[in-house]
Amino acid sequence: MSGRSRVTRKSTWVDMTAFVDVSFLILTFFILATKFKPDEPVEVQFPSSVSADEFPEMDAFLVTVDKDGRVFVQMDDPKARQTIAENLSETRSLSLTPQEIAAFTNAPSIGVPFSNFKSLLALTPEQRQAVHQPGIPVPDSTGGELYFWIRDAKSTYAGKKVNWLIKADNETKYPVIKNVLEAFKRNDINKFQLITKYQDAPVGTALWQTRQGGTK
Amino acid sequence: MAQIEDSGDGGKKGPGVKKAKRQSTLVDMTPMVDLGFLLITFFIFSTTMSQPTTMSLIMPKDTEKEEEQSKVKASGAFTILMGKDDGVYFYEGEEASELQASDYKKIRDEIIRKKKSTDPKDFVVVIKPNDEANYRNMVAILDEMTINEVKKFALVNISPQENEILKTTEAANGIQ
Repeated sequence: MSGRSRVTRKSTWVDMTAFVDVSFLILTFFILATKFKPDEPVEVQFPSSVSADEFPEMDAFLVTVDKDGRVFVQMDDPKARQTIAENLSETRSLSLTPQEIAAFTNAPSIGVPFSNFKSLLALTPEQRQAVHQPGIPVPDSTGGELYFWIRDAKSTYAGKKVNWLIKADNETKYPVIKNVLEAFKRNDINKFQLITKYQDAPVGTALWQTRQGGTK
Repeated sequence: MAQIEDSGDGGKKGPGVKKAKRQSTLVDMTPMVDLGFLLITFFIFSTTMSQPTTMSLIMPKDTEKEEEQSKVKASGAFTILMGKDDGVYFYEGEEASELQASDYKKIRDEIIRKKKSTDPKDFVVVIKPNDEANYRNMVAILDEMTINEVKKFALVNISPQENEILKTTEAANGIQ
């Protein structure tokens, strides 16, 4: 050029492209690897086990038992919730109004006796979160009111393979679990899935050897 | 943060010669990074990582307990009783009076020993938690069945006699 020297000004520009690449990579990872926190009625610390079966998403009927033995039921499918509300309204003569059925359709979990059912449904979802639900009564091996829940859930899902899930707290006393299992058994359901946290099989055990062999 | 550009006055060649103005391809990425990290933060807080490790356990169930039990040979039976304070006890065969105390670590060796010394056809583990046992105990023992590949096991209600013996054993071991 003309040969005159110019004052070189240092640019403050930083190339953000790599930064954007990394941040979006992390973002993609989080979107793919995680799920939204499910709407849980109670905090439950479930035990760990070596079982590696996958947590079923679809057609699940979940019974949650907290450490005080309160029993909650949850259904993932809003359509199934609607059907079960209609069924229960009929079989337990609750005479639910269409509004209440609609409210139940939007309520993922229920933990009250049938006698309090209507008053729970009258609440808004926010209030429902705050209110202390006493749990579905499962007083003895007859299965209590849970029996009717399961029975109507069974007819709701008729023809489908339902995943009967049980999620209970480490400290839940066994009699409650036994009664919950009885409630299922009285409905001729003998295959459940207990929700557990995965842990590896201890080294040297029979299962460990089998799994080692399987992966080779 | 925009780039300071030389506004092409450096090389004036003459009135007729136009220098092709170079358009910078650099785009300010800062807001994009901001947005990206905002979304990351949102996903971190709103999601759970424990979901993939939440696994289920399929539990076979017996409906006709009497029939199930009558098929079991006494020699192959291994009964585990669970009591309060994470107590675990076992006996072999039918003699509940020979109850031995154990714990959740040692019970595995006992199961392995029994499994090795018994005809696989006859080997069955009977699990009887009493009212003081908790869910963790139940899952732990069911898990032992999976770990040790016990093919036949049953979760059975404890009988009053066994419960008595269990209580006596607990008292003898100093568990109130």
